Amino acid sequence: MDKSEALALGLSAVLLLVFFVAIVFASAARGIDVPTCITDPDPFERGQLIEHAEDRYELQMVAQMWSFQPRRIEIPAGSQLEIYLRSGDIMHGFKVEGTNVNMMAAPGAINYMSLTLHEPGTYALVCHEYCGVGHHNMRGEIVVTES
Amino acid sequence: MNLDTLDLSKSMRRLLLLLLILPMGLLVMGVYGGLMQALFRAGIITSDPFVGGEYYRGLTLHGVINALVFTTFFSVAFGHAVISKTLNKALNAKAAWTSGILMIVGTVMAALTIFAGQADVLYTFYPPLQANFFFYLGLVLVVVGSWIAFFTWIPPYLEWRRENPGTKTPLAAVGIFVTFIVWFIASIAVAVEIIALIMPWVLGWVDGINAMLARTLFWMFGHPLVYFWLLPVYVMYYTMLPRLAGGKLYSDTAGRLVFFMFIVFSIPVGTHHQYMDPGISAEWKLIQGFFTFMVALPSLITAFTLAASLEYAGRKRGGTGLFGWVTKLPYFDSSRWLFAYFISGLVLFIFGGISGIINASYQMNAIVHNTAWLPGHFHMTVAGPVILGMLGMSLYMVAKLTGKKIRLRKMVMAVPYVYSVGLLMMSWGLMRGGLQGMPRRTNTGLTYSNPDSALYRADWQLFTDVVVVGASIMFLAMVVYFAAFFLTLVYRQAEEPAMSFQWTDSVHESPTPVRWLHNFRPWVITAVVLIVLTYAPVIYDVTTSGYDTSPRYGPDSPAPRVNPGPQSEDIPPPSTSDPEAGDERAERLDLLIE
Repeated sequence: MDKSEALALGLSAVLLLVFFVAIVFASAARGIDVPTCITDPDPFERGQLIEHAEDRYELQMVAQMWSFQPRRIEIPAGSQLEIYLRSGDIMHGFKVEGTNVNMMAAPGAINYMSLTLHEPGTYALVCHEYCGVGHHNMRGEIVVTES
Repeated sequence: MNLDTLDLSKSMRRLLLLLLILPMGLLVMGVYGGLMQALFRAGIITSDPFVGGEYYRGLTLHGVINALVFTTFFSVAFGHAVISKTLNKALNAKAAWTSGILMIVGTVMAALTIFAGQADVLYTFYPPLQANFFFYLGLVLVVVGSWIAFFTWIPPYLEWRRENPGTKTPLAAVGIFVTFIVWFIASIAVAVEIIALIMPWVLGWVDGINAMLARTLFWMFGHPLVYFWLLPVYVMYYTMLPRLAGGKLYSDTAGRLVFFMFIVFSIPVGTHHQYMDPGISAEWKLIQGFFTFMVALPSLITAFTLAASLEYAGRKRGGTGLFGWVTKLPYFDSSRWLFAYFISGLVLFIFGGISGIINASYQMNAIVHNTAWLPGHFHMTVAGPVILGMLGMSLYMVAKLTGKKIRLRKMVMAVPYVYSVGLLMMSWGLMRGGLQGMPRRTNTGLTYSNPDSALYRADWQLFTDVVVVGASIMFLAMVVYFAAFFLTLVYRQAEEPAMSFQWTDSVHESPTPVRWLHNFRPWVITAVVLIVLTYAPVIYDVTTSGYDTSPRYGPDSPAPRVNPGPQSEDIPPPSTSDPEAGDERAERLDLLIE
C-alpha cells in the first residue's frame, strides 16, 4: 500500500473511533442507552398505568394485534414514566413520537425504557413492526397534562 | 491477469442464461410491486389494480424477489462466470445445474405460497407469525442451491493453487470467494432458524417457539446478507470500473485487504438490528455496534481507492486541477454504458453508507429504528449500487452469452441516471418522514395518509407524496431497462457467443503475493472466533431471559392457530376490554360469515 492509501486508512479508522467514543460517552456519562436484558418483573397479563407517586408512574403496556393496552394514558408534565412493554401475541413495535423511546415488543420477553415528558401535549404511540392485517390501525397515545 | 483461453461450455452458458433471465422476469413483478407500495402508502390505491391483493402481500413479494431471489441468482451466475474465466478452468456442470435447479424449484415454491396468500409475513418472517411450510422449504432450497454453486468452485481453485505456486489469486476470484464465504457462514444461521426452530413448530411437532432466538438467528444472517449483496458489486468496482473509466485500479493490495476484512467483520454485527429489542444485554449490543464500525472501514478504504482510480482515469483523459478530472470521466459515452451503472451506484452509496453509520450508532438508532428512515437508507444501498451493478452486469453478461448486440444502448445508458434521481427523491421522502415518526412496513394509506381516518397525519402527507413521485421515476427507468433487456434477447445473434470480462490493471501492485493477503484460512478462522465470542452471550441471553414460548399466529387473526398448518381459519375471541380492537374483531367475524 502506498503512503496516501495508508493515510486514508488511518484517517478512516480515527473517524470511526471518534464516532464510537461519542457513543460510549453518551452511554456512560449521559446515561442515554438502549434497552437491556431485564428478567425481574413478572409477566403481567393486562396493561395498566400505576401511580407510585405524584410524579412517578409505571406503565405496564401490552402490545397485541392490533391495539395497545392501555390505548391512552394521561400523566402530568415532568413526571417520570417507567415503561414495561410486553407482547400479547407476535412481534410489535412501540415508538413514542418525538422521543428516544423506541422499543420492540417481543413475545416471551419484557422490554423496558424510562421517559420523562416536560412539554404538555399529545404524544402518538405508533406500532412500527408489521403485525398482520390490522397493523396500520395500531396506535395509542400519551397525553401529558399541565402539572 | 491470467491467460483466458477456455470459454464456458454450452451447457454452462445455458445455465447462466437461465439464472440471469428467470429472476429478471420475476424482478418485473418485484419492481411493479415497489411502485404499488408507494401508491398504497400515499393512499392513492387500496387494492392492487392488476394483481389484486393488498399491501402486505405485495411487500412480501417485493422483498423476497428483489432482495433475496434476484440478488442470489445473479451472484451465483456472476460467480460461475468470474471463477471459470479468472482461473481458466471448467466447472463441474452437473453440480452447477443441480444448484441451479434447486434454486429455481425453491423460488417457484416460495413465490407460489406468496401469491396464494399463504405467506404474508414479509421477507423477515419473524415468528410467531407463521407462513405456509413450503414458503420456508422454498427459501431453504434457494440457500442450499447457492451453497452447492459455491462448492463447485473450490476444487478448481485448489487445483489452480497447486498449478500456480507463488502466484496471486486474481482479485476478482478473491472477491467472489469472499462473497460466498460470508454468505455460507451467515446462511448457516438462517438455516438453523428455519430447520431447527421454525419447521418443527409449523408442522406441529413442537408447540412453542422462542421468538427472540429466531429473530436473533435471522439477524445473524440478515446483516451479513447485505454484504453478500454488496460484494459482487465491489468485485465489479475493483476489477472492471477503473478500466472502463479509462484508467487503472489505484491499488490491488488495498482491494485484497478490503475483501479479507469483510470475511472477518461482516458477521459479528447482526445485533445492531436489535438495539431496541428486549432480552439482550446492552453491553453485547454495544460490542456488536463496535464491529459494525469496523466493517465500515473497508467501505471507507474503498471510497478512497475508487476515487483515486477515477482521478487517475480522469487525469489520463486530460483532466487538470484539483477537481478537473471529475468532468473528464465517460458519463455519457454509450460505448461504455456500463460506467453509468457503476458511477451512479457509487454516488448513491455515499448517502447509503452515511445513513448506515447513523443506524449503527447505538442510542442514535432510537430515533430511526423501524421508521420509514430505514427503507430510505437501504434503498440507497441495495436498491442503489447493488441493483444498478447487477442490472448492468446482467445485461452485459446476457449479451456476451448469446452473442447479441445490446438494443436501445443510449437509453440503457440513461437508465441509471434517471433511476438515481427517482431514488434520491424517494429516499428523501422516506427518511424525512421517518425522522418525523412515520413507520416503515405500514399501509399508511388506510390510516395515517387517509384524511377520512381518525389517525390521519397531515404532516406526513408531503413525504408519502414525494415517495410516489420518486418511485414513479424509478419505475419509468426500469421499464426502459426491461424493454432493452428483453429486446436484446429476442433480436438475432450478431456474433459467436463467448463470455469475457475486461479486467483492469493496477497502479500499485506487489508482484508477488503479500503473505498475509494470500490465504483465506487465517481470515476465516478469525471470523469464526469473533462470531463465537460476540454471539455466544447474545444467544445465551435470548435463550435464558424469556418467560414463555409462542404458539403459531396467522397475520389475519389475533387468536393463535389451534391446528398446525396454513389453512386453519380461527375465529378470534369476541371479547376484550379494548373497544377498538373489539370492532376490528367484529368486522373480521362479519367478513368470515359473508
